[in-house]
Amino acid sequence: MEQTLPFEKPLIELQAKISELKSVTESADIDFTEEIKHLETKFETLQKEIYSNLEPWDRVQIARHTMRPTSLDYIHAIFDDFIELHGDRNYGDDEALIGGIASIDGQAVTVIGHQRGKATKENIRRNFGMPHPEGYRKALRLMKQAEKFNRPIICFVDTKGAYPGKAAEERGQSEAIARNLVEMAGLTVPVLSVVIGEGGSGGALGISVANRIYMLENSTFSVISPEGAASILWKDASLAKDAAEAMRITAPNLKEMAVIDEIIPEVLGGAHKNPEEQAEFVAASIRQGLQDFKDFSKEQLVNQRYDKFRVIGSFEQ
Amino acid sequence: MSIKNIFSKTKPNKVKKAQVQHDIKAGVMHQCSECKHVMVTKELQKNLYVCPKCNYHNKINSQQRMNLVIDEGTFQSIDDNLKTTNPLGFPGYVEKVQVDQAKTGLNEAVLTGIGQIDGQTIVLAVMDSFFRMGSMGSVVGEKITRAIEKATELKVPFIIFTASGGARMQEGALSLMQMAKTSVALEKHSREGQLYVSVMTHPTTGGVSASFASVGDINLAEPQALIGFAGRRVIEQTVREKLPDDFQTAEFLLKHGQLDKIVPRHEMKDTLSTIVRLHTKGDN
Repeated sequence: MEQTLPFEKPLIELQAKISELKSVTESADIDFTEEIKHLETKFETLQKEIYSNLEPWDRVQIARHTMRPTSLDYIHAIFDDFIELHGDRNYGDDEALIGGIASIDGQAVTVIGHQRGKATKENIRRNFGMPHPEGYRKALRLMKQAEKFNRPIICFVDTKGAYPGKAAEERGQSEAIARNLVEMAGLTVPVLSVVIGEGGSGGALGISVANRIYMLENSTFSVISPEGAASILWKDASLAKDAAEAMRITAPNLKEMAVIDEIIPEVLGGAHKNPEEQAEFVAASIRQGLQDFKDFSKEQLVNQRYDKFRVIGSFEQ
Repeated sequence: MSIKNIFSKTKPNKVKKAQVQHDIKAGVMHQCSECKHVMVTKELQKNLYVCPKCNYHNKINSQQRMNLVIDEGTFQSIDDNLKTTNPLGFPGYVEKVQVDQAKTGLNEAVLTGIGQIDGQTIVLAVMDSFFRMGSMGSVVGEKITRAIEKATELKVPFIIFTASGGARMQEGALSLMQMAKTSVALEKHSREGQLYVSVMTHPTTGGVSASFASVGDINLAEPQALIGFAGRRVIEQTVREKLPDDFQTAEFLLKHGQLDKIVPRHEMKDTLSTIVRLHTKGDN
């Protein structure tokens, strides 16, 4: 059964009523056609009303929806010739952060993305999309490879955060992320990052030092999870809903603060409602991004990235 | 023990203890938080705030830290005028910053400036854990970025002493992005062939650990400093196993290949001086 979200409850109830009336009309002598038509119109209006007035916490739930399209969903839908490349050549292969080569409109590109699973078994294998240092180091290896062959890099951001574990610390989680930030700053090829789900803190930033950062309308990008913020701020993780609002983690909030560059609209109700159509929206933005940076020289690409991140922050002097 | 002491044992000790507690409170005496050794505070100061008995490196503020490594009279602070705002509108945030400004004499949780180490010019940044736990918001990120840019411009080494709980929550994603901002500046400094030394002091965690602190050409740390990405409690809850006592200490990092060297406070200036000297090009 499809996972429904709390704010969708009125829609579910209305849908049930419509179904009920339909079955009665079919099986009994009473004709409810008029009522059904009326309710269906009501449903559409209500749907639009609900989905166009989403609260930050509603968006968090859409961003975390188990059926929300993942990096691999977008990669398969948007690109041709995808070949996944594994391993950091040092320690191992991290299935929570994947990458490879592919093409779009005949142009070779490198694609990288956090990868969570949709079912429990895959989620365990992919560590719920929370990478270890070797994931970031694999991503860096693939980015340097892209630079060598002068292909653009497209990153899909979708993680609760880098994994907080003993082994991760031993192998240098901090260094792996930090290294990526500095190395990405110097890449001489176009880099586009698309936040497709949750963009959790340093673990998300580790593949986000891009020339342009896109965010799906219902994705989030934050320094700490709403639950984490709530437990620190108010010593109560159940106030996550309030923290989601206070921390300004939604795409519209972040666009306003110039943390991200562009918002990619989602299909009504969220990307999971129609992954194919959603992939088309994402593809259009990627094509536009590749076009916009096509004529940039290596130096211009590095400088554009410098200028973009250089101005982020709020202070007075 | 002699017979006469048996009868007077408790009373004088009690008096002595009370006196010591009083002196500790008054700041005349200091009790080591690690080994509980009690010493005269002046003695601790003379020993650079390192416990003479157990070698515990007490936290020091940015001014004290700067004085320990920079030649006397050569330090010029920069960007003291930058002011923190309240971009997310967190209740009481600016007031909290103001309290720490009054407490520390700093405008924010990092002191930056130009100075000399044994006559060699460098740009220095010292994070201050007494100011909002050294957390990094926009001003901290901006000051560090400007310091790096100043080092690039002057073609001199950049040295930072880190001490931070990580990105500052009250500025949300703007704090997170300071990790990227400082990184683009470091990349340029590095591309110009300049030296960057990171000295991690207690504590260096979260977003600061996962950005500039970890990417020095040379990464140093003070003994026993806590250095790590995630908090110990978070990890314990995640992995459900007991973590070793030395987990996330400088010694732990050294053992796992994450550090170049642990440098005791007494040797810090000489070590930095030598490192800078060995990276000075012939024409200087």
